[in-house]
Amino acid sequence: MFRYFVRRLLQGVLTFFGATFIVYALMFANQSDPLQALAGERPLPENVRQALTERYHLDDPFILQYGYYMKGLLTGDFGTSLTNRPILEMMEQAWPTTIRLSFIAIIIAVLIAVTAGIVSAIRRGGVFDNTTLVITLLLLSMPIVVLAPLAQLIFGMRLQWVPATAGADSGLFALVLPAFVLSSLVIATQLRVTRASVAENLRSDYVRTARAKGLADRRVIGVHVLRNSLIPVVTLIGTDLGNLMAGAIVTEGVFNIPGVGFMLVRGIRTEDGPLVVGFVSILVIVFLVVNLVVDLLYAVLDPRIRYE
Amino acid sequence: MRGQFPLKMAVGATAIMLLAAGCGGGGDETEAADAVISIGIGEPQHLIPSNATESNGAEVLAALFSPLVDFDADNKPYLVAAESVESTDNKVWTIKLKDGYTFHNGEKVGADNYINAWNHAAYGPNGNGGSYFLERVEGYKDLQSKDPDGEEGPKKAPDPVAKTLTGLKKVDELTFTVTLSEPFSGWRSVMGYTTFYPLPAAAWQSEGVLKEDFEQAPIGNGPFKMKGKWEHDAKVEVEAYDAFPGDKPKVGGVNYRIFQEQTAQYAELMGGGLDVVTQIPIENLASAPTDLGDRFKTSPNSVFQFVGFPTFQKEFEKVEVRKAISMAINREEITTSIFRGSQTPATSFVSPAVAGYRENSCGEACTYDPAKAKAAYEAAGGPKQIKITYNADGGHKAWVDATCNQLKANLGVDCVGTGEPKFADLLTKVENKEPVGLIRLGWIMDYPLMENYLGPLYGTGGSSNYYGYSNPEFDNLVKQGSAAPTQEEAIKLWQQAEDILARDMPVIPLRLGQNVFGHSERVKNVEVDKFQKVEILKIEATS
Repeated sequence: MFRYFVRRLLQGVLTFFGATFIVYALMFANQSDPLQALAGERPLPENVRQALTERYHLDDPFILQYGYYMKGLLTGDFGTSLTNRPILEMMEQAWPTTIRLSFIAIIIAVLIAVTAGIVSAIRRGGVFDNTTLVITLLLLSMPIVVLAPLAQLIFGMRLQWVPATAGADSGLFALVLPAFVLSSLVIATQLRVTRASVAENLRSDYVRTARAKGLADRRVIGVHVLRNSLIPVVTLIGTDLGNLMAGAIVTEGVFNIPGVGFMLVRGIRTEDGPLVVGFVSILVIVFLVVNLVVDLLYAVLDPRIRYE
Repeated sequence: MRGQFPLKMAVGATAIMLLAAGCGGGGDETEAADAVISIGIGEPQHLIPSNATESNGAEVLAALFSPLVDFDADNKPYLVAAESVESTDNKVWTIKLKDGYTFHNGEKVGADNYINAWNHAAYGPNGNGGSYFLERVEGYKDLQSKDPDGEEGPKKAPDPVAKTLTGLKKVDELTFTVTLSEPFSGWRSVMGYTTFYPLPAAAWQSEGVLKEDFEQAPIGNGPFKMKGKWEHDAKVEVEAYDAFPGDKPKVGGVNYRIFQEQTAQYAELMGGGLDVVTQIPIENLASAPTDLGDRFKTSPNSVFQFVGFPTFQKEFEKVEVRKAISMAINREEITTSIFRGSQTPATSFVSPAVAGYRENSCGEACTYDPAKAKAAYEAAGGPKQIKITYNADGGHKAWVDATCNQLKANLGVDCVGTGEPKFADLLTKVENKEPVGLIRLGWIMDYPLMENYLGPLYGTGGSSNYYGYSNPEFDNLVKQGSAAPTQEEAIKLWQQAEDILARDMPVIPLRLGQNVFGHSERVKNVEVDKFQKVEILKIEATS
């Protein structure tokens, strides 16, 4: 178990360096003139261009720029954005915001998906099952770029049940609508997986045995079926958490939540290499850790699985 | 504006009555004056006056600082923080400051505050976006240095030979002189810009070096002072500064709320969480007039949209060809159907935001006449294919395609619109003299003078003259105008220069920008000026 853990960690380090290198290279290739992008359509005075080019090492070759960046990164210095803001400070602001939003989203998603999944598996072919099938189909086919502004228009602007946008230090209440929209990214798949898995386990031998023993339905489903059915769902939730953090780009823009997606959009718009790479590096770490935790959770849920 | 006033008054009066009934009278007036209103902005890039060249930063700084001069409805400068701005030869300007102005930390505003701030602004290595405003001041060149082997080379630029402008001299505590390298009658107007605000002694780390965190909570001399710090991506809060000697604001404070997307700003206005949106995005223009009713407003600004003919493309060499293309464009149709009235047709080479603007100075060439256009185009032997290049990130596709369709129908040519990802990509192609066809361009003025359009856009080597137009006669007239003893004479010469443009047609004027803004029922007297800033001293809370 310990050896497995160490091996995975070492793999993680390699993945981290590979990923940051690729992202940095991509940003560099995409970069035509970040200073002009910052100035918009205003003509950029020559002296300003010269001063900023030197300040941000924009005239150095790629390898040197990457070297400067990595040197800073390993000493805990994420550098500054092109508007001279420390990126570390931007992260301290953005990450908690996004993590809070994703957690609310995932809780909403799991609560709805698992409950509805179990119910529709037990009453297969019933009205509830068919209704959820239609709803999940709708959700799956509706991209978030449509769903987010639509939800905002209906609940925020017309009905005014919730604030239309959330902002930086918003309360939990303001985050409910964005979290709901965000959870729709994952709710449909989670629901379908739960339903399929529970339905399959309901037919298995050990369930028949448990019923034959005279156990109550509640215990059969709650303990025997659920524990075995949750393995694929847990995997999904793990990867979904990463997806939600990375996928908040649209939602955070629409609801004006200054989180990770919000910063990434800004970085890409202004061709701000260090800003994008900094945030992506942390995203890579999040994915690595989440995947590791999910793998370890398997062993807890299914004692037959052992890692060597 | 005037038409709605009685209704507003009625609403206000009713509210005051209700309030009086509720709390037993008293304090109504102060309640409105203490109100904190919210205005939507984007995240400013900087809050240092000399480095705030985009509108978000300028908007906030306009509340924190008081300019030397501001502009009236006719775009003429009037004095604000200055007691007098005088010059006998338009070369040496004597600026006398009003007594009684203080910075928000209690420091008295004096001549040194201006001189130090301007020196810092002009010093090249500081990389201030607004430094070029001081180009005209004597000694500006000595504060710049050139990288010996170009930007790509490994060598660093040497330090400039001087750190202070020789053209700035202190006379006494409240008086200083500005010497320009050449006479310029419009200098008074130039000083209305953000770059020319003073900075307090508390701003400096050491001589010429600003404190690292000064822009997190700028200390100004204006009607409002910072309340707390600039909360990035969230808000900048300001409150009325009691010791301000000038016109007092009519609200107690302003909460500048920061939004990344304009659509989110509009949603928040509709959701009731925001008071003013200064630019309603084009996506919402269809519904905004009905959503907001009489709180949906427009006012002119200085934006000038046009397309330029690169001089290196020989097929556009003949002026008849250029005029025919211009005549074949139906500007009215595009502004109404695509921009829904948020922009208006342009028929001159400068914006109405400057004194000296004349309507339709472009004449016949900017009047839609498809039959004449086609005849002239064919007679002049115009190219069979026309290309219009634009930057795809600015929402230009719709109108470029529409313009192309008009050219196709009216001139019988093939026309394509080509989008480059970013404006910088477009510029690179132009620099490399690639056949880009017509290039889409826009201009926002820095100070309200005709010269600010004529010089950068059409002057030889002008900062935004990407198409390479050059006419010595024109350059000469612009220069003579700048050196003219009075503004009236200057305008006369500049208008003559504009007439040359109408003859040469280096660009096709297309549209003039407008501020399309909206506000909530909690505020009144909302006006957005030509610099796209909310008139911060006029805005009021309804009650």
